[in-house]
Formats: sequence, C-alpha cells, structure tokens
Amino acid sequence: MVRARVRGREDEWTGLMRSAMAGDDAAYHRLLKAVTPVLRAAARRGLARAGQPPDQAEDIVQEILLAVHLKRHTWDSEAPFAPWLFAIARNKLIDTLRRRGRRIFVDIDDFSETLPGEVPEETASAAEVATQLGTLPQRQRDVLQSIAVEAASIKDTAAKFSMSEGAVRVALHRGLAALTAKLRDH
Amino acid sequence: MDTDQLIRSLAADNASRAPRVGAVLTMGLLVGAPLSILIFATFLGVRPDVMSAMRNPFFDMKFAVTLSLAIPAIIISLHLSRPEALMRGWGWLLLLPVGLLAVAIGSEAMMAPAMPMTMRLVGKNSRWCLSAIPAMSLPLLAGALYGLRHGAPSRPALAGALAGLVSAGLAATLYASHCTDDSPLFVATWYTIATALVTAIGAAVGSRVLRY
Repeated sequence: MVRARVRGREDEWTGLMRSAMAGDDAAYHRLLKAVTPVLRAAARRGLARAGQPPDQAEDIVQEILLAVHLKRHTWDSEAPFAPWLFAIARNKLIDTLRRRGRRIFVDIDDFSETLPGEVPEETASAAEVATQLGTLPQRQRDVLQSIAVEAASIKDTAAKFSMSEGAVRVALHRGLAALTAKLRDH
Repeated sequence: MDTDQLIRSLAADNASRAPRVGAVLTMGLLVGAPLSILIFATFLGVRPDVMSAMRNPFFDMKFAVTLSLAIPAIIISLHLSRPEALMRGWGWLLLLPVGLLAVAIGSEAMMAPAMPMTMRLVGKNSRWCLSAIPAMSLPLLAGALYGLRHGAPSRPALAGALAGLVSAGLAATLYASHCTDDSPLFVATWYTIATALVTAIGAAVGSRVLRY
C-alpha cells in the first residue's frame, strides 16, 4: 500500500522531470516543490543518525536542489528520476556531515561551557545560501534577488535593470553556478 | 533566502541547457592530445624500423592492449559520471587488457625465445617507459578531469582513477609506437607500473576536483 503510493509518487516525478527537460518551466517548479519535503525529511534523518542537531537541514536541502539543477543533464530521461535524485541527495548529505564533522570538532572547544543538550537555535532556516549570495558580483546578486525574493519574472527583471532578457538569463545561470561552487568549496 | 525562493530562481533558469558529459570529455581530450603529441614528437618519435615492426604480432599486440584499456576506461568513466551509477557490472571491462596480455605472454612463452626472459622483461627502455608514459599522460589527464567535472560522480576518487586509466591508455598507445621492446613481459611490467602511477595521480586529484 505505502509502497504503491511511493511508486506512484516517483512515477509522477519522472513524468514532471521529462516535461521540465522538454521546456515546461511550470512542471519543473512543481517537481522541485514536490521533492523538497522528501529531501527535508531525509536530511533531518541523516543529521539525527549522525548525532547532529537538525538545524542545518535546510542548508542541505538547498545544496541538494542546486546540485539537482546544475547536474540535471546527467539524468537519463529513459531512467526513473528518484534513484538519480536520491543519489545526489545522499552525496550532498555525506559531504555536509564530513564538513560539519571538522567544524563540530572546533565547536566543541567553543561551546565547552554550554550545557549538554543545549543547542543554539539558528535564526535563519537556511543561512548558507543567503551568506554566499552576498559574495556574488553585484549584477548576479541583483538578478537573483529580483527573481527569487521579489518573484519578478525574467522580463520584469530585464526592464528593472535595463538589461536584455538574454543578459538576465545569463546572470541568473552564472549566479546559481557561482553560488553552488561557493557552497561546495567553503 | 528561503527554499521556495530558491526553487523559484531554479525554475526560472530551466531553459539553460548544458552539453552532455561525453561531449565535454571529448573536447577535454582533444585539447590535451596536441600537447601529448608534442611531447612525443619532441622527445620520442616513431621508431625507425616501424615498417618491419608492423609484421611482428607482438608489436601490434601492444596497441591492442593499450587501446583495450583506454576505450573501456572512457566508457566506464562516462557511466560513472551519473550519480546513481555503480561500478558493478562494468569493472570486468577493465580485465580486457589483462586478458590480452595473458594470452600474449602465453603465446610468447610457447615460441622459441629470441632473448632470455630477463632481457625481454627488463628491455632497453624501461626507464624511458616509466617517465614518458606519465609525462604524455598529464595533458590528457587534465583534459579528462576537465570533462568529468561536468558530470556528477558519486565517488570522485574512483572517477579520477578512471580518468587516469584513460589518459595512461592513450599515452601508452603513443609510446608503443616509439618503444622497441615488444615483449608482452615488458609491457606487462613497465606499462603497468606507469599506468598505476598515472591512475594514482588521477585518483588523488579527482577526489578533490570531481566533487560537485
């Protein structure tokens, strides 16, 4: 029963991704919205299993989404989408835990006065993308800000910054790629 | 930035299309190849007796061995550039050059030896072989890693090792036309050591640069 429901959901994802690759932006948007809760739950579980607080789950989710976006050309449209997605998610989770492992080691000294179990709450649910966004070149940052935060279309963004739509698309794509690289290397 | 906002920006970028990993890998190798050929032409060159050497099956066998390494390594590295790909079911392809060498060593052993075994094994060019193959591999390795960076390998060190095998296989193909040691024993020893060295370099570099 549960299995059939999971199968149905994953078939739907594959269909949405095929439409997305064929140029259907709305299908792509729906797909990313649909996979996010599943990724979030997996990230929380992964953090819990590693004995880590769940407060960075959203950072992991966003890193996974960026990787999915920039590596979607490695998905074979004849293959089901879910195994590909979960492979990327697993890699990103492992990477993050490895990086955090080092940081946690430092943090133990920093927080040695903190009572056990007392974990500082993070205010922003996903701080890392926001932080790295601030380090992007002005133009990329403006375009990303306009499209992501202000929900402006590419056309409106082009008009606002007196750029061509093509230039907005290039800045958007470069911005997302630069963001991903910064998240990976920092 | 909250996740819904990020998703909105990703959906707006849906029209962006990246080339296939195979195309970028081909390009990387084509950019690296002229440098490797330059090293070959400057320091090595085709052996002078190549016309008569071509009648020796053990000379031809060297190319069969090196290409049966390079081509499967290209195929496997492209397979591994997909995140969900496993090595299982593909690794046997890498046994092709090993099998060919075993057959060649066996058939040489059955013939009346032209030279004592130690001489065939050590040859005249072992030191050249150990430096020339890695040197010619490096530009190709850089090209292969550049190409595979476009993929999403789950095991970056393994993918890097495959890039090492690709570049060593191609460089050894060039080297085979220079080297006058045709004994399969020589190939099995020195080509293998040179290839292992390049593969180790590929794995070490790959574990850093092939993360995505």
